[in-house]
Amino acid sequence: MRLDFTLNNHPCRAEAPAHWTVLDLLRDGLALTATKYGCGEGVCGTCTVLLDGEPVRACLVLASRLRGRTLLTAEGLEDNGQPDRLQSAFARAGAAQCGFCTPGMLLSARALLAANPSPTEHDVREALAGNLCRCTGYTKIIEAVLAAAGAR
Amino acid sequence: MAYRVIGRSPPRADAWEKVRGRPIYAGDLAMAGMLHGKIVRSPYPSARIVKIDTSEARALPGVVAVLTHAEVPQNALRMELPGRMAEATAGAVLATQPVLAEDRVRFQGEPVAAIAAETPEIAAEAAERVRVEYEPLPGVYDPAEALKPGAPHVHEGGNLLRAWHIRKGDATEALARADVIVEKTYRTPFVDHVYLETETGIGWIDAEGTLVLRVSTQVLEHFRDVAEVLRLPHGKVRLEGAYLGGGFGGKEDVTVECLLGLLVWKTRRPVQLVFSREESFIGHGKRHPYLLRYKSGATRTGELVAMEVELVSDSGAYAALSPWVLLYSLVTATGPYRVPHVKVDAFTVYTNNPVASAYRTFGSIQTCIGYEGQMDALAAALSMDPLELREKNFLRKGDRIATGQVLESEPMLGETMRRAWQALGPPREGDGPVRVARGLAASFTPYGRMCWTRDSASAWVGMELDGSAVVRCAAPDVGGGQTSSLCSITAEVLGLPVEHVAAVGRDSHFTPRAGTTTATRQLFMSGNAVLKAAHEVRRHLVDQAAEMLEAAREDIELTEGRALVRGAPDRAIDFSALVKAATAAGRPVQALDKYDAPSAPTIDPITGQGKPFNDYTFGTQAVEVEVDEETGQTRVTKLAACYDVGQAINRQSAEGQIEGGAVQGLGHALLEEVVLEDGVSKNPHLLDYKIPTTLDAPEIITILLESGQGLGPFGAKGIGEPAMTPTPAAVMNAVTRAARAPLTRFPLTAERVLAALKSQSASKNPSPPSGERAG
Repeated sequence: MRLDFTLNNHPCRAEAPAHWTVLDLLRDGLALTATKYGCGEGVCGTCTVLLDGEPVRACLVLASRLRGRTLLTAEGLEDNGQPDRLQSAFARAGAAQCGFCTPGMLLSARALLAANPSPTEHDVREALAGNLCRCTGYTKIIEAVLAAAGAR
Repeated sequence: MAYRVIGRSPPRADAWEKVRGRPIYAGDLAMAGMLHGKIVRSPYPSARIVKIDTSEARALPGVVAVLTHAEVPQNALRMELPGRMAEATAGAVLATQPVLAEDRVRFQGEPVAAIAAETPEIAAEAAERVRVEYEPLPGVYDPAEALKPGAPHVHEGGNLLRAWHIRKGDATEALARADVIVEKTYRTPFVDHVYLETETGIGWIDAEGTLVLRVSTQVLEHFRDVAEVLRLPHGKVRLEGAYLGGGFGGKEDVTVECLLGLLVWKTRRPVQLVFSREESFIGHGKRHPYLLRYKSGATRTGELVAMEVELVSDSGAYAALSPWVLLYSLVTATGPYRVPHVKVDAFTVYTNNPVASAYRTFGSIQTCIGYEGQMDALAAALSMDPLELREKNFLRKGDRIATGQVLESEPMLGETMRRAWQALGPPREGDGPVRVARGLAASFTPYGRMCWTRDSASAWVGMELDGSAVVRCAAPDVGGGQTSSLCSITAEVLGLPVEHVAAVGRDSHFTPRAGTTTATRQLFMSGNAVLKAAHEVRRHLVDQAAEMLEAAREDIELTEGRALVRGAPDRAIDFSALVKAATAAGRPVQALDKYDAPSAPTIDPITGQGKPFNDYTFGTQAVEVEVDEETGQTRVTKLAACYDVGQAINRQSAEGQIEGGAVQGLGHALLEEVVLEDGVSKNPHLLDYKIPTTLDAPEIITILLESGQGLGPFGAKGIGEPAMTPTPAAVMNAVTRAARAPLTRFPLTAERVLAALKSQSASKNPSPPSGERAG
């Protein structure tokens, strides 16, 4: 099937088998590998992407759903080729250890800051509760999101 | 001593790439003509294989290979680390695991066939079409049952895999004299690593006919295991270490390597093999469940006089690293305390449960539950403050641990305990049905391998013509910042900004062998190797600068990429010119060096006496919990951790290890258990196996002490594993206080806590343990 949609701020035309998920399309069809496979059943949040600005699990959404819509992945986060404020805050705070959950975590955080520019620590915890991290204990991730919000 | 780079928190070398989602993990690489692997696994924990029929699978279009045991050149996985491992396992029943099962399967998830196909979908369909006829056999699913006469044997030779012992003084006689004795039993379950990246690899054959595997692994030396299985010369298998999406010991054993190597070698095409989350749950080594029986005796004034400990661990169906995990438990069994009389008997036992092997702390987390549970129970029995009791008995410099080893530096245990406890702040009252309580656990975890393995690591450091430096060292980076720390060490020694040091490659063939990223050894071992190599490069740079600046060697200072004469800053030369001149003069600007850990003979097989490890990391964690007395629901609201890390190399990385280890430990404490029914996993999915989320993680206060007494570079100690050791014990002690009834079985689920609360309210004598006073 043919799919026309907006990917990381650019028009995208892709071909995909009907059974592919957004995760399949990104990784196998478009070679965009920042979005990771973690569990394949929508629990770990590792494959979080933003569909029309809303965080979704790429492993649960069929690629056909992308038609005419806007998709943002970690590859599209940069601002004019530079890390955006969330990415910078994550790097400075030491919020990425193994880095595997980082893309999904950044996208959930971006959706939070778009909806709530001045979140409390509890808001951050709630917004990221669906993104598992096994390395950091979350402390520095939460610090990074709060720092990015403050830097606005 | 003031350092320029060491002890600060520059963003790690990999940080900027990771926040852009750019690192190429093992599963991110695709190659033209690449096939997809799929493993057929046993649904039975114990069965005879009557017949394997692959014809229907082979007939499926797009299937390139369906391999069974008959196609494996040498069908045995061996765990052979360099060093005197054999001596340490004398008498053990070390059953090797087949790469693909032959006539029987011994655990659910055991690989039976390996498939390579043009697409993942075809590979999955082919797996369904492999017909395996099984005849279920009686199995054994509990170590105590497995040791009884007449129990089904998992392997020829019996179910006792290995025993270790300590005999120091006369514990039985000393206990008879003790004023107070506390006897308790603790139980821990199988626990999964749940790294977010499942076991993954890609392989191909290069132009020289070498089998190349790019794998998410903590151990590049597994190239040898693949070579042995394929009967290839060791030099014909190359392992390239990708950045890992988490390891925690679970990628220390062979995971995909041999299966992947087999598929590539037989098909002569690139193959990618990614375990699904369910396969990850059932297919790789877990943390060992332990049964811990403790009997501790003390005098009326609170001096420990003796401990008797029995440890039984469930090794599951194969040996993997169980004998060595058990050794760590043996050595740490009595905790960071002076105990004059010790008797420890430790056993690891085969069952038809999942294979258990390495997991962060390597057998130290279970014993901490035992020895720290005992300290709180003793304090209650003595009506003594548990902090005071610990303080009285903590190991000090010059004391002997249970194996008789003398501690050569000050463990600073009292300070770690007091600071962690104070960091929790003023005590807080509960509200309504919510009880608030605090607890702590001190701990003791080795860093670096057993002394008798003669551990070593090599590294190469060299200058480039632009004045920057390069580090080559085959130390896998599991995400703890291993690579970045090597850059920091080099930058400190050479007087370079840290951004001007690049670390390249983690490759079994192209970078000097550094050994495994396990046992909290990389900073200690590779850090020292890099330190030595960097110092040699520094010597050459200083010689060259002294010559060019016409100054004495002692007056040359290297800083910010320049050499200058101390006190005469206008007499300076930048590294680029310096390196070019050195090269023109034929002076070396690189060095390959090797660090050898101090070695010692094996410990005594009967008494356990000797020097098992070179050094230990000591620390304390304290927690505050809220327990809802109506539901048993438990929440950790605050956690404070204080460790002597010797010297932080990257402060943020050291804190990150502690924060991450503690939250992983909280998962063990409250949530995590592989639920088994006769060897069959009931929760091999993240929906049913819960790990902590942002809402479960508490506020964490991390305090780093820096004694400078570690054996690593700049006096550093290892922190990766010690970060996790005391967490479950601290939570258990806090919940026990809140419930006013002992909690000894992990995880401390709401059901178990509620049962404890009910047993307490049913009892006629609800006086709280005196330990409450410490809160």
